[in-house]
Amino acid sequence: MSELDINDKVSEMLNKSEHNVAAAECFEKTFVRPEDEEREVIAPDGSIIKVNPIYDYFSGKKPTEEKPCRGVIEKFLNWARAESIWVLGFGTGCGSIEIPPLMTPRFDAFRFGLQMRPTPRQSNAFIISGYLSVKTLKRVIRSYEQMPSPKYILALGSCTINGGMYYDSYSTINRLDKYLPVDVYIAGCMPRPEALLAGFMKLKELIKAGKAEKANEYARNFDEYKANQKKIIKDWNMPDYNW
Amino acid sequence: MKEILDKIQAKYNLQDIAIQDNNQAYVTVGKDLAIDMVTYMRDYEGFSHFVMMSCVDWIEDGKLQLLYLLNSPEKKCDIGIKVFIERNKPTMQSCHHLWKQIWTYQRELREAFGIDFPGSPRVEENFVLEGWTEMPHMLRDFDTNKYAEETYFPREGRKTYDPATYMREKLYPKQPVTAKKNKDDE
Repeated sequence: MSELDINDKVSEMLNKSEHNVAAAECFEKTFVRPEDEEREVIAPDGSIIKVNPIYDYFSGKKPTEEKPCRGVIEKFLNWARAESIWVLGFGTGCGSIEIPPLMTPRFDAFRFGLQMRPTPRQSNAFIISGYLSVKTLKRVIRSYEQMPSPKYILALGSCTINGGMYYDSYSTINRLDKYLPVDVYIAGCMPRPEALLAGFMKLKELIKAGKAEKANEYARNFDEYKANQKKIIKDWNMPDYNW
Repeated sequence: MKEILDKIQAKYNLQDIAIQDNNQAYVTVGKDLAIDMVTYMRDYEGFSHFVMMSCVDWIEDGKLQLLYLLNSPEKKCDIGIKVFIERNKPTMQSCHHLWKQIWTYQRELREAFGIDFPGSPRVEENFVLEGWTEMPHMLRDFDTNKYAEETYFPREGRKTYDPATYMREKLYPKQPVTAKKNKDDE
């Protein structure tokens, strides 16, 4: 078989794979940017390959609930999860200024097993730090869905609870729990780093007690969350499922 | 400042001249002569620095007011050139050829106030908001509170207190009310 034939086979497989079809079905209304449009590109060897960036790189499967393991094993896993919380370095509002001091010697969050990670693929905790505009929410959803389960969300500040001082703004959301599942709320405007640490302690308690199951709740009520998200993000130009 | 204004007053039919001090003046010109005057001030009077461009919504008069603020590094003075345009389907001549940063200002004004600047590069692209389908959000008849209530699931039971009264009641409940009057109120 020549190289050209192989290329044809591969491109056929790419176009017909199952998840592509599923993604295409769930992706009806689009505001596709020019770089995301379906097109044909010429490979270095001269063969022509069809690419469809939005469908090719993401899964079309809905998230599924993860069932707990049996008894002691689940307890052990929960203990391990609680002691290594890796936080995504993503600041959404004014509260993100409270996160850097956590890692300084004064507050030293490392002693609790927290550390910051640069990518959602390596993290399991997401701090929504303060007000969240619709534009940022889009990025937050995309990052949250790329995080591996089990994953947790800490909502920091009153803006995530009821809108805070931006409750009447046309561009910031009021209640975060309508769009993403929240494990722990940390009230205040702004909460001090101590409050943030107390929130993490609470999260650890919840994880150890097996009650931090919001990622499963997100999978269970996925359609409802997605409908709420799409209600306000009108230029939805990404796949429905981003993992 | 005054000499410059005296020189061009008749030429551009200036109205409503407000000289704040030696370094600052604001004038109102007609829509047709505005860009002409901005160009003249840049090329002949040394106002080579474009400070900013903004807009005010005079909803009662049915007008939008554009402001071009220019600065002269040599004379160390500012001039603000104000233009009134119609509020209904506002359009203004673009002056992106004078300073390149005006592209961005005009893009912002188009999104926030709905003013069209024909010929301005990339003026139709989103500036800050993405996928905004309502009316321009900085116009005064856009009710942001109502929009937020209808769109963003307000949490029930939210209360608003007057901070001064609330803190006094909470922190010093026994102390009699002896509120000092502000000087401005008298």
